[in-house]
Amino acid sequence: MISLRGISKVYKLGSQTVHALRGVDLDIQDGEFMAIMGPSGSGKSTLMNIIGCLDRPTDGTYALDGIQVSRLNDAQLATVRNRRLGFVFQSFNLLPRLNAIDQVAMPLSYRGVSNRKQVAKVALKLVGLESRMHHRPTQLSGGQQQRVAIARAIVGNPALILADEPTGALDTKTSHDVMEIFRRLNEERGITIAFVTHEPDVAAYTRRIVSLRDGEIVSDVPNVPIFERPRESAAAPGASATTGTPVAVHAPGPALMEAGQ
Amino acid sequence: MSPSDVVLTALIALRSNILRTLLTMLGIIIGISAVIALTAAGQGAQKGVTDRIKGLGSNLMFIQPGTGKTATGLQLPGQGAGLFLEDARAIDAAQIDGIDGVASQGTAPSPGLPFGGTAIYRGQNYSTTLLGTEPTYQYVRDFYVSEGRFITEEDVTKKALVVVLGAKVKQQLFGDKDPIGENIRVTVGPGNFAVGFSFTVIGVMEEKGSTSSTDQDNVVITPLPSFQARVPFIRNARGLTNVSQVNIKVKDRSKIPQIKQEIADILRKRHNLADDKENDFNIQSQSDVLSTATQVDRTLSVLLVSIALISLIVGGIGIMNIMLVSVSERTREIGIRKAVGAKRRDILMQFIIEALVVTTLGGLLGVLVGLGITQILQHDWDFTVQLLVASFKVSADGSDYVITPKWIMAGLGMSAATGLIFGVYPAWRAARLDPIEALRRE
Repeated sequence: MISLRGISKVYKLGSQTVHALRGVDLDIQDGEFMAIMGPSGSGKSTLMNIIGCLDRPTDGTYALDGIQVSRLNDAQLATVRNRRLGFVFQSFNLLPRLNAIDQVAMPLSYRGVSNRKQVAKVALKLVGLESRMHHRPTQLSGGQQQRVAIARAIVGNPALILADEPTGALDTKTSHDVMEIFRRLNEERGITIAFVTHEPDVAAYTRRIVSLRDGEIVSDVPNVPIFERPRESAAAPGASATTGTPVAVHAPGPALMEAGQ
Repeated sequence: MSPSDVVLTALIALRSNILRTLLTMLGIIIGISAVIALTAAGQGAQKGVTDRIKGLGSNLMFIQPGTGKTATGLQLPGQGAGLFLEDARAIDAAQIDGIDGVASQGTAPSPGLPFGGTAIYRGQNYSTTLLGTEPTYQYVRDFYVSEGRFITEEDVTKKALVVVLGAKVKQQLFGDKDPIGENIRVTVGPGNFAVGFSFTVIGVMEEKGSTSSTDQDNVVITPLPSFQARVPFIRNARGLTNVSQVNIKVKDRSKIPQIKQEIADILRKRHNLADDKENDFNIQSQSDVLSTATQVDRTLSVLLVSIALISLIVGGIGIMNIMLVSVSERTREIGIRKAVGAKRRDILMQFIIEALVVTTLGGLLGVLVGLGITQILQHDWDFTVQLLVASFKVSADGSDYVITPKWIMAGLGMSAATGLIFGVYPAWRAARLDPIEALRRE
């Protein structure tokens, strides 16, 4: 579904040139549940912006559902974002003045859907927030706000949801709830989800982990999601969070375990 | 986004900061209400002047003394050439083609001037103008008695001590009482030197209204010889009878320039004016007065409306300022909207519509406020006009206040245009924001 070939991105900061991405090749298939990991400065945000059609690569090609995105103009990119992509951010990025249902319906207003409220209601039901439809962000907890944001991301029936550190502002319990929602959306609805994160906890939920460093992919490995692992392994997510082990080393662990079984 | 969505979004945004929205609107409200009220005032004044001058009859010409004329139009002894009853007779006798009637008049000073005339009845005083004239006056001025009778040829020959009261004088001195046959006293002249005469009331004039310089209803009309016999300074050194004005009615307005010329020829000959001397009299037609008044009025309107427009521009700058603040405050919102698929055009529309909604609502309120001000001014019109332009005294009643739907539409149009003009730049700034930058902004 998504195919990146030789993607590079060069920024000019005064006289200095910064290579944020250096020839990244990446394919994402329909229905994948994956994480793009890397320390800050590794280029993962740039990659997310390019996959999210918010930015254009300096070089390389990007095909989304067979469309050569790198050739589209601003308005066409906006249409692609609106119809094919959903965003979930660390800081939720809800509009303070709108209640939950209007937040969720907002992307639909940019494509002229008439029964927006009904569609938005269905999306809110999927994240279990139909009882909070008329609440504004300030009247909702962090977890609830992130669920509204998820509903907003899925309301347009996107091919891909890009989630940028979706649990970064949430406590452990709420993080788990939110990741659980993502898992269900992926499993039950077949929505492709890509996390951009530096948190191993988030990555542990996914089935594939791509690691970036200095603008290049250093590893791309399958992963056994934490909810499918044997009990003793699943019971110790806190341990893996506190280790601070480099992702590339940490992540393959469970995958190898799976391979060994 | 559908247009109704855009408007709804704008309303939600504006509702979230009502105080700011109202303050922003205030500039537009003041601007538009000023446009409405001042235009109404200007048009009202124009209509008032036009109506009243037309009321005098557009077929009317006036001859007034030129050099040596005093402020009152009265010729004082020894002050050069003037205008005489004999001049009027000569014009009448010349039977110029197109002249329909001639009526001379002499006036004792206007009310309010130092040598004012006063009408007295049973201890009640009323400051007025004593006017001596001929029986033809009614027809020439198109100004008739409503009760009793007007002065006749017989009154003139007998120099009868009879008066016809202007509607206002009658109202002031007699109220609802019938004045016919009653005796009143009229004094003319300064203080202790005032001379007074007793007159019998024979009629009351119809109500006519005022012109820009005189109130036609505040007058006491008497036969010209009776007036001349009693007002001491009315004859000149040569024994000719001064008149302050000769009224001439013409049959056809288009002939006025030609008639003017013929009258001027007669008067120049009678006044022995050499070819190189200027006229010592003025001939004016109603249309001259009308065009002067209209011109004064148009200047006034332009002035008032430009003041209003300036306030509208100031209001527009306020709009722009607030919209720029709003765009920078809502950078993140713009980023979010772009991320979920808003195009530049959508963002541009959102902010332009927001500015338009503010200004159009402001414009609507401004129209209402303007109408309200107009209502208030209608009650105190004279005062307000005096306040605006001291010499511009028009009418005492507000019936001439003109608000046309055209001006209301213009007011709304202007406010919308202000929104558009001053909203485009902030909206453009919003639309061209980079979504990545915008999302990063706190």
